[in-house]
Amino acid sequence: MSETLLELVDLHAEVDGKPILKGLSLALRAGEVHAVMGPNASGKSTLSKVITGHPDYRVTGGDVRFRGASILELTPEERAHQGLFLSFQSPVEIPGVSTAVFLKAAVNAVRRARNQPELDAAAFLRLAREKSALVQLDKELLSRSLNEGFSGGEKKRNEIFQMAMLEPVVSVLDEPDSGLDVDALRIVADGVNALRSPERAMLVITHYQRLLDHLPADHIHVLVDGRIVRSGGPELAGEVEAQGYAWAREAAAGAAP
Amino acid sequence: MGEEAQPARTSAEEMVAERGEYRYGFSTPIEADRLPPGLDEEVVRFISAKKGEPGWLLDWRLAAFRAWQQMEEPTWPHFTYGPIDYQGVSYYAAPKQKPQSLDEVDPEILEMFEKLGIPLQEREALAGVEPTIAVDAVLDSVSVKTTFRAKLAELGILFMSFGEAVREHPELVRKYLGSVVPHTDNYFAALNAAVFSDGSFVYVPKGVRCPMELSTYFRINEANTGQFERTLIIVEDGAYVSYLEGCTAPMRKDNQLHAAVVELVAHADATIKYSTVQNWFPGDKEGRGGVYNFVTKRGKCLGARSRISWTQVETGSAITWKYPSCILQGDDSVGEFYSVALTNNRQLADTGTKMIHLGRNTRSTIVSKGISAGRGQQTYRGLVQINKKAVGARNYTRCDSLLIGGACGAHTLPYVDVRNGSATVEHEASASRIGEDQLFYLRQRGLSEEDAVSMIVNGFCREVFKELPMEFAVEARRLLEVSLEGAVG
Repeated sequence: MSETLLELVDLHAEVDGKPILKGLSLALRAGEVHAVMGPNASGKSTLSKVITGHPDYRVTGGDVRFRGASILELTPEERAHQGLFLSFQSPVEIPGVSTAVFLKAAVNAVRRARNQPELDAAAFLRLAREKSALVQLDKELLSRSLNEGFSGGEKKRNEIFQMAMLEPVVSVLDEPDSGLDVDALRIVADGVNALRSPERAMLVITHYQRLLDHLPADHIHVLVDGRIVRSGGPELAGEVEAQGYAWAREAAAGAAP
Repeated sequence: MGEEAQPARTSAEEMVAERGEYRYGFSTPIEADRLPPGLDEEVVRFISAKKGEPGWLLDWRLAAFRAWQQMEEPTWPHFTYGPIDYQGVSYYAAPKQKPQSLDEVDPEILEMFEKLGIPLQEREALAGVEPTIAVDAVLDSVSVKTTFRAKLAELGILFMSFGEAVREHPELVRKYLGSVVPHTDNYFAALNAAVFSDGSFVYVPKGVRCPMELSTYFRINEANTGQFERTLIIVEDGAYVSYLEGCTAPMRKDNQLHAAVVELVAHADATIKYSTVQNWFPGDKEGRGGVYNFVTKRGKCLGARSRISWTQVETGSAITWKYPSCILQGDDSVGEFYSVALTNNRQLADTGTKMIHLGRNTRSTIVSKGISAGRGQQTYRGLVQINKKAVGARNYTRCDSLLIGGACGAHTLPYVDVRNGSATVEHEASASRIGEDQLFYLRQRGLSEEDAVSMIVNGFCREVFKELPMEFAVEARRLLEVSLEGAVG
């Protein structure tokens, strides 16, 4: 069987003293795409931040393992160096810092940590041209301040572009579909699909089946109130879409200790 | 496992505090000729005599000294500091050896400037690469070396120490000295006029575009010494000069006093670009030592369509009191002020600019970027004054503050005085903190926390850095990084 890349073991986490994740377990093997679906406030975004080490989120129990080793003690950048990537739901703007300058620094920081030679400006630009085509990102955006004045669709495509540049082992995509029209959604999904490989795994967080029509997942998990209440194959997405989350809430209530 | 596990992190403040070490803090044992501490008329006479000055200049100094004695130290800046003992300062220190050529410059001095990255050798132009910078090096009270003088003289450009200018071109000095900053202008300017020891002098004749950056590098080396230099730059009709100024000082546990004056005069269609990277010793983490930096800088756009542009990057000094200003006298003249000021640990800064619009259709731009970290306190203080005859005058002001950590402060005090209804004055201000989400985003992409902060700060300063000559912009970015080390998180 292929290697387990990311494993969440009975994970508990809180923010500002409020428990959000209440015993969540999940395992992603190489080559797999998992989707986590759930209603608002079920803990979906918290999950993405806890995996990648946001300092505002406190893990109170359980473990996050990357390739078999706990990464809870690692800084966000150390996790990134190991190959964890988060596509943000709402990417921040950084005025005065061009996308190219930022991304070249990021790519080289990651390469350094992996003992790979750094890219010079020419090699970086070649790679950037190639990868930006993947999500049809206007090359002009590379010289603009990071995400500043970008449309919602441009921000999302910029996230996938960065993912392509950084070549992560495990990618967490936090609602890559939010705010996108059908055409933009297809571009983002196609970009993500192009990055699937037998060596990588992805965790896609979404509300809607719509995304999964374009970006098919091997496993679907339904997250309610900080716990996974149901897991299944691709057909589960259709059920959720048809029935909403009400049944899942009941299931969660029933499962509560 | 991992009951209390949290991602390892340090606060920005801790980082700045631990790593923000001043790398120019060495001092060099050079034999110096210096006055004992104390200030009276005899000291003023001594300095003037030491420099072999003409009578008119001594009289000017004495008038300034008498005016200073009647003046009171300003108390309006938005900071407080212990009283300065003006009698406890030595007002003249000079290296004993007076060099006639570079060969005679004390090797210790050459080495010291080399260590600071300031070349005093006129290196041969390699493979057709023209030198891009000429340097006047001022150590304590005197200029020790000015490079490329001969080459500049071929174009009629005068670039020399102030003392040499007094001897060689007294008519020019006499005509312009005090014409922009009078000897009675303010407490510190009067003190400077009385005891200034040296500085730089630049004259660019009509229609000449100065082919290289002119640079003065100031270094306070002697302990317990004040530095009082004066810079005078005159640019004739249609001429252009870009001038750079850099400053460092050794780490001393006592405060060092620096009170400089800079006067700029731009005739019709002339342009003066004046850039400063100020990195005087800022004191230690607890605020011991450091330079008290009280500087009066002012330019006069005398002729029509003239332009004066101040760009400053201020990361040093325990206290900074400084308002590079423009008097826009010529019609259609332009004044600009681009500033990045950083206060970390216990540093205090009250800085800004004054734009005095006198002529018709005069324009001014003010872009001020203040960064406060540690327990630093910083005030932007600016005046935009549009006078009655300044028909059609325009000003644009933008003041942005960036706060790092919770113990620092930023204050903005813009004064606007409009006496003409046809004027347009715009003011924008913002204050922000480096966001946890911005830091997390960059760190998630693999950047260290320090690199992430540095990137955000550099982005914040970009509008100002792009005004700096390229070599200086690189230096400024590096300096900002060093000054912020240990400050961010």
